[in-house]
Amino acid sequence: MTYDITIDGKKFRLDLQQADGRWSCRLDGREVEVDAVLARPDVLSLRIGNQAFEVKYERVAGDMHLWVGSARFAVEVRDPRSLRGRVRAVDDHCPKKLTAPMPGKIVRVLVSQGDEVEAGAGVLVVEAMKMQNEIKSPKKGTIQKILVGEGAAVNAGDVLAIVE
Amino acid sequence: MFKKILIANRGEIAVRVIRACHELGIAAVAVYSDVDRAALHVRKADEAYPIGAPAASESYLNIQKILDVAARSGADAIHPGYGFLSENAKFARACANAGVKFIGPTAAAMDAMGSKTRARQAMERAGVPLVPGTSRGLESFEQAEEVAARIGYPVMLKAAAGGGGKGMRLVSAPEELKSAIEGARSEAERFFGNSEVYIEKAIINPRHIEMQVLADEHGNTVYLGERECSLQRRHQKVLEEAPSPLVDPDMRKRMGEVAVRVAQSAKYTNAGTVEFLVDQQKNFYFLEMNTRLQVEHPVTELVTGLDLVHLQIRIAAGERLPFTQDEVVIRGHAIECRIYAEDPDNNYFPSPGKITLLLAPSGPGIRRDSGMYEGWTVPMDYDPLLAKLVGYGTNRDQAIGRLTCALNEYFVGGIKTNISLFRRILSDPDFRAARIDTGFLDRLLQQKRASDPRDPKAIEVAAIAAGIFASMGSAAAGAGERSVANDSANSKPTAPSNWKRAARKEASR
Repeated sequence: MTYDITIDGKKFRLDLQQADGRWSCRLDGREVEVDAVLARPDVLSLRIGNQAFEVKYERVAGDMHLWVGSARFAVEVRDPRSLRGRVRAVDDHCPKKLTAPMPGKIVRVLVSQGDEVEAGAGVLVVEAMKMQNEIKSPKKGTIQKILVGEGAAVNAGDVLAIVE
Repeated sequence: MFKKILIANRGEIAVRVIRACHELGIAAVAVYSDVDRAALHVRKADEAYPIGAPAASESYLNIQKILDVAARSGADAIHPGYGFLSENAKFARACANAGVKFIGPTAAAMDAMGSKTRARQAMERAGVPLVPGTSRGLESFEQAEEVAARIGYPVMLKAAAGGGGKGMRLVSAPEELKSAIEGARSEAERFFGNSEVYIEKAIINPRHIEMQVLADEHGNTVYLGERECSLQRRHQKVLEEAPSPLVDPDMRKRMGEVAVRVAQSAKYTNAGTVEFLVDQQKNFYFLEMNTRLQVEHPVTELVTGLDLVHLQIRIAAGERLPFTQDEVVIRGHAIECRIYAEDPDNNYFPSPGKITLLLAPSGPGIRRDSGMYEGWTVPMDYDPLLAKLVGYGTNRDQAIGRLTCALNEYFVGGIKTNISLFRRILSDPDFRAARIDTGFLDRLLQQKRASDPRDPKAIEVAAIAAGIFASMGSAAAGAGERSVANDSANSKPTAPSNWKRAARKEASR
């Protein structure tokens, strides 16, 4: 298997083969001696050469995080055969979705549909665990849609509003 | 001794009290709100009763519902834990009227200590050292101006019924006084239904040190040494230790004797805590008395070898204190970290959600009082305290070393926690040298963190691990992934991993 892996904006090409419980591994063409044991679900005990590491896999809505010791890495993995080297276009002119960063309750909606907002302007206020958090507009634009009302319960990742 | 105790609380403290009950051979009754059916305290209890909607006022603060459960279950005593109804004199009275023993002080003692102004008046009479200021609510702005000028700025305005930093205002100059009084009054009215506000001289960057007391119902009162609680954020404690590095045996004895006098003046019974502010010259002033078991009681338990919850239960059952003041010995050093569901990268905002992976630390001198488990969803309705991690050692350095190791082992995945904050605190040179006061944490958090020097080796390790996890697919998945599969009706045991799903989504765009 070949994977394209991106961490902190750094790209790696990883070739992995497994045979008889042993891994052979090339990282950017360089041979690396790897021994891996899944200690329990989401926890990998790795030996690279003779150095030992414990890697934890954290599954959060929409994001994939690996922890090496107490350092967290946001990781993207792609299988280049199915991707054909596509790169996601980042376009500031696209409508942007505002999502709930945590489960909570909408306590206030600060704007109306069609309002012009500046980047960083407050759009909604979400309350969780007795603390209120203002959700801000990621860019300058117009409020195309507000998808929740005051008092609504939301989950992490729910789309709250769209700025265009 | 009691046969059955109802625990009118949730989270780690409910679990801690249930354990104490079982150790003493007493049955434990849990109560839970609609969002807490799967909570750990319900799993650990012998009986569990639903008490309604998530809002605390509908469940954990509802006196009638809790007393109904006490009657239905046949509990002969109620332990209130901390927070919720623990310092509610009305509840203590209602328990007495219902013929069920409230494990804590009498309603009269709570009344005496519940209002900060009334407590100050009682302490004045008992000759306890107080921060200069008024012991009655402010009557007018002119009076406030006059008192502030007399004791000197900066001054602190405080709500008589206050707690948790609400209804408090620091005033550094006369022109700020008026708006500060208005702000403190309206906040006090909103949070406590009582707008009474009084004034105190502000002690800048004091230490916050508190003394544990214990009194039986036969007139015996002892102190169990102090806890250093200066590490606070927004007036909420974050880390506590015992003993305080500042306090020597002579000061401990003087503070302890004042604390005992405070308790006796209120005819106090059961466990309580007398809080002091300590200035840079080591003068100490009575701040308030907390009429409950404290969150941070484990550090006192570790350095005294006593079990405070056992003692609370025994005292409430009418037993005498089984030891005298001379037999209380402080040995070693203990530090507690309050593990909160908070996001350190988002101004420590609460972070409820599902715990997908939980790796718990262990080792010599490590105590963990936890209310969470892997696969549990932290509800958004309550205080974000998840667990308390306590390190004990022969001395402070050893306790710090053990706690640092334990924090490195502790892993809570799926939600954000403040575990990284404690690594920062414990490695800070000022903390290590015990140069701490109530301003320490704000100063630490203002320091720009040296942007995480990313170890290039660790990045490679992460890259290799990412590929291995991806090739293992769902076989490598923990609680988070399983639940995703369970939620979907047509899930197969070989549900594709997040990695593959994400890759497919990308490819099909």
